[in-house]
Amino acid sequence: MSPVAILNSKHFELTINRLCYQLIENHHNFENSVIIGLQPRGILLAARLEKRLSKILNKEHIQCGSLDVTFYRDDFRRRETPILPSVTDIDFVIENKKVILVDDVLYTGRTVRSGLDAMMAFGRPSQVELLVLIDRRFSRHLPIQPDYIGKSVDSIASERVLVEWAEVEGEDKVMLFTPNKEHG
Amino acid sequence: MANLSVEHLIGIKHLTRDDIDLIFSTADSFKDIINRPIKKVPTLRDITIANLFFENSTRTKLSFELAEKRLSADVINFAASSSSVSKGETLIDTVNNILAMKVDMVVMRHPNPGAALFLSKHVDAKIVNAGDGTHEHPTQALLDAYSIREKFGEVAGKKVVIVGDILHSRVALSNIFCLQKLGAEVMVCGPTTLIPKYIDSLGVKVEHNLRNALEWCDIANMLRIQLERQDIKFFPSVREYSMLFGLDKALLDSLDKEITVMHPGPINRGVEITSDVADSKQAIILDQVENGVAVRMAVLYLLASKIERN
Repeated sequence: MSPVAILNSKHFELTINRLCYQLIENHHNFENSVIIGLQPRGILLAARLEKRLSKILNKEHIQCGSLDVTFYRDDFRRRETPILPSVTDIDFVIENKKVILVDDVLYTGRTVRSGLDAMMAFGRPSQVELLVLIDRRFSRHLPIQPDYIGKSVDSIASERVLVEWAEVEGEDKVMLFTPNKEHG
Repeated sequence: MANLSVEHLIGIKHLTRDDIDLIFSTADSFKDIINRPIKKVPTLRDITIANLFFENSTRTKLSFELAEKRLSADVINFAASSSSVSKGETLIDTVNNILAMKVDMVVMRHPNPGAALFLSKHVDAKIVNAGDGTHEHPTQALLDAYSIREKFGEVAGKKVVIVGDILHSRVALSNIFCLQKLGAEVMVCGPTTLIPKYIDSLGVKVEHNLRNALEWCDIANMLRIQLERQDIKFFPSVREYSMLFGLDKALLDSLDKEITVMHPGPINRGVEITSDVADSKQAIILDQVENGVAVRMAVLYLLASKIERN
């Protein structure tokens, strides 16, 4: 696999900033809006958005939670080993709120489908939007499209997109891995 | 990604430490789910589970049934008293007839030790032992240890005394295996006649004086006297047993530390434990019941993930 950088740390920062301003256009001061990050990697993006939005809006508390979709997935018993659940932490009411679901990479759309199901166990939001950092276009299995996109990528199934975070891996960047032809 | 090392849950004896840790971490997620407004997830919606109870049960049966329903499994119930077993059908025939109706998992309680193991070797379904005679009751031990972990943060290093009818108790044996695998020290306490002869070969301490046992322990698990399994008299009278091995508030308060009291139920109030102890702050009996559902959901989820799709 030879990695190609899709976003370096500078572009990463700019992209997050742009996404925040796009959110503010639609959600104003987040009075009636909440952010929910999908476990495991969407929560890092959700936390970053929350931090930046608080700074821009000069607002202390923007409601931000994390949602685990393990038990709502459609590939149970289609894998070798069971998927182990992560923590769900939604300590606010989503009933009649505008929810922004957040994930790092949108690929087949199946995780987001599970996320929509899992979220409904917490109430009936007035509206749900989807924000992703990377949209792998043309690879959807389900009719799901994001409302906010950090960057769109055209990639084939054998390729892999990896988002790295300064908090976890030490640097913000997005890489595209393509399998080497000579190694098949 | 981790997976259970076993295909069926027959007993704690067959589980590894990693298996138990996996069950507990999965149960944490389910405990969170059963405390939400909507307590149900769709995970096992294509799985059918038969609950076969050849012996009476209230708590375990309800707990399993609730766990199954909260995972969206289809559930069928079977009680021996109202079945063809009383017409002379064998266990394998009964179960195979049920499996012919396309059942994927069987939760079974049976009066004979080894019944669950026997079944697992002869039928094509995942078996969960819900108690086999005086042998094992693995989900009870898991929920007991889970409750200790929840209260104390970890099980390792804790001192647990199991008091009562050790001889007839499947809860005691499963608890000994489970607690030891998790690194706890275990003591059993009861009248000589109700302690199995070679129990010290399992590495447990034996004590016949309740006060000494309580002064040693952090947690006391008080068992019921299983009169229905006792074909001869093992002690002169229930009243004498209660005086010597019953836990009352005076005894509990006279200890120089605050121990935690557990009971797997059903409680015989006034025999092994008095009402004021059962209802005291030190008792975590109702937490055990709540955790039972989460732990059973975890066991069913992890075993169901091993069922092959047709």
